[in-house]
Order: sequence, then C-alpha cells, then structure tokens
Amino acid sequence: MGEKVKVGIVGIGHGKFGNRSDANVQELAFEPFKQAIEDTKNLRRDNIDALIIGSVPEYHMQRSLPGVVAEYTGMNPKSTWLTEAACASGSAAIRTAYMAIKSGMHDVVAVIGVQKMRELSTEDILALMGRVGDVQWESIFGTTFPGYYALYANRHMHQFGTTREQIAQIAVKNHHYGALNPNAFFQKEVTIERVLDSDDVAYPIKVFDCCANADGAACVIMTNEKKAKKFTDTPIWFEGLGSASAQMSVLRRPNLIEIPSAVEAAKQAYKQANIRPSDIQVAEIHDCFTIAEIMAYENLGFCPKGKGGKFIEEKQSYIGGKTPVNVDGGLKAKGHPVGATGVSMIIEIVKQLRGDAGKRQVSGAEIGLTHNVGGIGQYTFVHILRR
Amino acid sequence: MPFKYFGKINFTPYTKVDKFAEYLQKGRLMGTQCKKCSEKYFPPRADCIKCMSDDVKWIEYSGQGTLQSYTKIYAAPKGFNDIAPYIIGVVDLEEGGRLLSWIKNIPDDEIKIGMPVKIIPRIFEEIEEIKLYYTIEKGETN
Repeated sequence: MGEKVKVGIVGIGHGKFGNRSDANVQELAFEPFKQAIEDTKNLRRDNIDALIIGSVPEYHMQRSLPGVVAEYTGMNPKSTWLTEAACASGSAAIRTAYMAIKSGMHDVVAVIGVQKMRELSTEDILALMGRVGDVQWESIFGTTFPGYYALYANRHMHQFGTTREQIAQIAVKNHHYGALNPNAFFQKEVTIERVLDSDDVAYPIKVFDCCANADGAACVIMTNEKKAKKFTDTPIWFEGLGSASAQMSVLRRPNLIEIPSAVEAAKQAYKQANIRPSDIQVAEIHDCFTIAEIMAYENLGFCPKGKGGKFIEEKQSYIGGKTPVNVDGGLKAKGHPVGATGVSMIIEIVKQLRGDAGKRQVSGAEIGLTHNVGGIGQYTFVHILRR
Repeated sequence: MPFKYFGKINFTPYTKVDKFAEYLQKGRLMGTQCKKCSEKYFPPRADCIKCMSDDVKWIEYSGQGTLQSYTKIYAAPKGFNDIAPYIIGVVDLEEGGRLLSWIKNIPDDEIKIGMPVKIIPRIFEEIEEIKLYYTIEKGETN
C-alpha cells in the first residue's frame, strides 16, 4: 500500500435526526449501519474489518460506546474504538478510517457517528458545553457555547460591519433546504422576522440562530480502490483531508473573528486535492450558530475575510450561487447530534456527487467539501470528495 | 488561599498557579513571566509556551485594558441561573494577554467594543464561603 492508494466511500446510511425518545444509543447506531450495508453491492458484515465510532462520551449514561455498538450491530470480535474531537468527533472517525485503510492495516472500515443528547436537560447541556472553553479562567463566569459564538458575532459585526439581518439570512437559507430533507429535525421554512423575534440566548444570538441538540446516527463504509468496485458502481473518493487545532481558550487566540484551525485545515485539504476554493461545487459547513457559517465562508476562502455577510446577502451560498452551502439544511435544520454530524455531512456530499440528492441536487456536482468544527474551534476537519 | 476560592463555581482546585488567588484576595491582579525568555502570561501559566521553561515569576498587571468583545447571557448554565442575565466581556490587557469576566456598573447602552476598561478584584459578599473574582468596569479615557 503506498501513496497512490485511493480511499473511497461505498455505502452510506442516515437515520432520522431529532427527538428520538423511541430508541437507545445502540439502536440509533444500528439504523444507518444496516442502511449502509444495504446501500452497497453484495457487501456482507464479515467483509468489514473494523468499526470506528465517532461520539462524545459525556452525553450518555452508557460508558465506552464502541463496546455496546459493536455488540448490538453484531460486529464482535472485529476491532472497534472511539474517536473524540467534540462536535467534530464524526470527522475524526472518518480521518482515522482513512489512515487505517491507507496504511493497509484494514481494507474495509465502517464508521458510525452517533449521539443521544436528549437524555440531559438543556440546563445541563449548557453547563457541559460551556466547559468546552477553558474551565480554569472562563467557565467560572458562566460562559456558554452560544456565548462564545456571540463573542465572535459581536466582534465580527464591529470589525466588518456584518449586520444582524445578514446573520439571520443563514437560518432562512438552511431552513429553506431543511424543508426538502426528510431526515431533518425541522422541515419548515422560517423568515428573517421570525429569527429576529425569537428569544434571546446570548446577545446578539437568538434561539433561531442556534442549531438544536438532537439524537441521531449516520454511517459510511470506506475501502481502498482495489475493493471499491466490488461493492459499488459509484464510489466517491477522498481527494484532500485537512485537520488542525486551535487554542482551547479564546484568551490565547490571535483574534475572535476567525477560527484559525479551519483556515489551516482548509489549506491542507486544498493542497492535497490540488484545487482552489472556487473549484468546490457543493459544501457542508459547520453552522452550529448562524455566525459560524459566515465565518466559515471566509475561513474556507469562498469569499474574502470580512465579506461573509455579503456572501449570504447576495445568495452566493444558495443553489445557483457561487458555492451552494448546507443544501441539506445544515446543523441548523437537521439538528446536531454532535458525534453524528461529521458523518452526516459526508453522506450529503456523497449523495450530491452521485447525483442522488433529489430536489436539493446541485446539478453536475463533481467536487464537494465538508467542514466540521469541534468545540469553539479547537478542532477543524476539512474533507474534499470527488466523483 | 487555595485556588478553589477563585470563581463562583470553581472547576480546577489544583493548579501550579494557585498563588493567583492569594494575590487576588489582596487586591492584586497577577500574571506570570518566563524567567528565561521574558514572555508574559495572562491568564498566568506555570510553563512557558514559547521556550518550554518551567521557571516563571509573578508580575503585577495594571488591570487597564480595552474591550475586545462582549455578550449578554440569557440562557445560563447550571449554577449561574440565579444571576442571569449577565454580561460577559473579553478584555485585551494593557500589558498583553486577555481576561474574561462579568461587566459591572456600565449601563448596557454604554458598552462598546474598543472602550477603555479597568479590572477590579472582588469578593462575593453574599456567599458565606470565600469566593474571589474580578469584574470589568469603566476605565479612564486618555
């Protein structure tokens, strides 16, 4: 196995995201795993060498998730382990699977991103997520996850003149596309007024600027190019993978207007794929809050720094614009089961590149990108896929 | 004065920079400085990021700074509901480094990014146990 071995996706499965009080965590994981196997041509469970789980452990009563998922999916005694990078755990799992296949250690790897978040109260989740900042110097003042993004939003508005209306337009777009996605938590359009009139969470962030905590799972099956043809007629290939970190504490970051790990991860991925940002025909972006999508346009090079607000105002991220973004509804409309999100993003890009995205198809899309941010920017994974 | 007394709720009782709390109780805002490469740290660190030396000394900060950004928290996490809504600010300190805390004694409509502010060391009078913190308040305009 050398440098030239291509790694691709041969099967995808996506469960319904939302309030899944009908299922426990391993039952959630089973749904997309079964679908992903059925999505392949003739792949049997025994063909899978390893099962990698992307999930954030703190949300579940069940400890050590790979154990229970491997048992419930009937994968024992195959190798299994967990990857964690906060909200980017799913992408970390995919990167790990890529490494395993590229190295020749495993030929076929299943990745399941899964999270059950609604066992906890919103107050508990706010406390848990607030501690994704620095607990020694920040959390003691009652910081929250939306609070950190609010600090970014206010600074972005101050420095670049980004408007509250432009930020709200992200929610309008993502709900517009979410309405076309049967797996989305919210399948309803919203207006700018509805967003701006919603309750305050952390000024200037309102309820409708936030993605919802959700339960859900998604699965992809990955393999090398030698085996790919056996399992599918339409493999989708990994062309570029970027991964970078940034300071845990906003007090040690160079500034509050960009996510430095995203800038670095994007640079790596574009370089490996040997393409420019303008070559991306469809993208899945980590819109945990509406301002995050605006910052991501800039960090990924879809528009110059400070022009993210204008990019959405001009509808450049709609189908028909320069770079369609989150045409499956994004985290905003789909819901954000943290471990599942990175895998869910990959699945939408695979559907788009296969030409299977139905009403939300970006016509003729050949190159797509995912951008998955962990925490308040401590980790970013960027993946570039090609038909 | 152990570090557990720093913060309304403290998550890190054990740290190599626990003298910070002792200084704060005396009204002094302290950071650290690397004895080898002179890099300054606020929040204080026991180990230098730049040169990896573990030999640092305490230095006093003036508490003067400018407001980098702020937010008003309405949806508070567990343990902070009783004081919500509250305003959190991030301050660029005059000597370098940043600090995050509550903005106090400035009317909402007078809070502006870029305004001069001053950090004031404080003790929670209304909580029986000793609880140290600091606030961001109006600074002097030059």
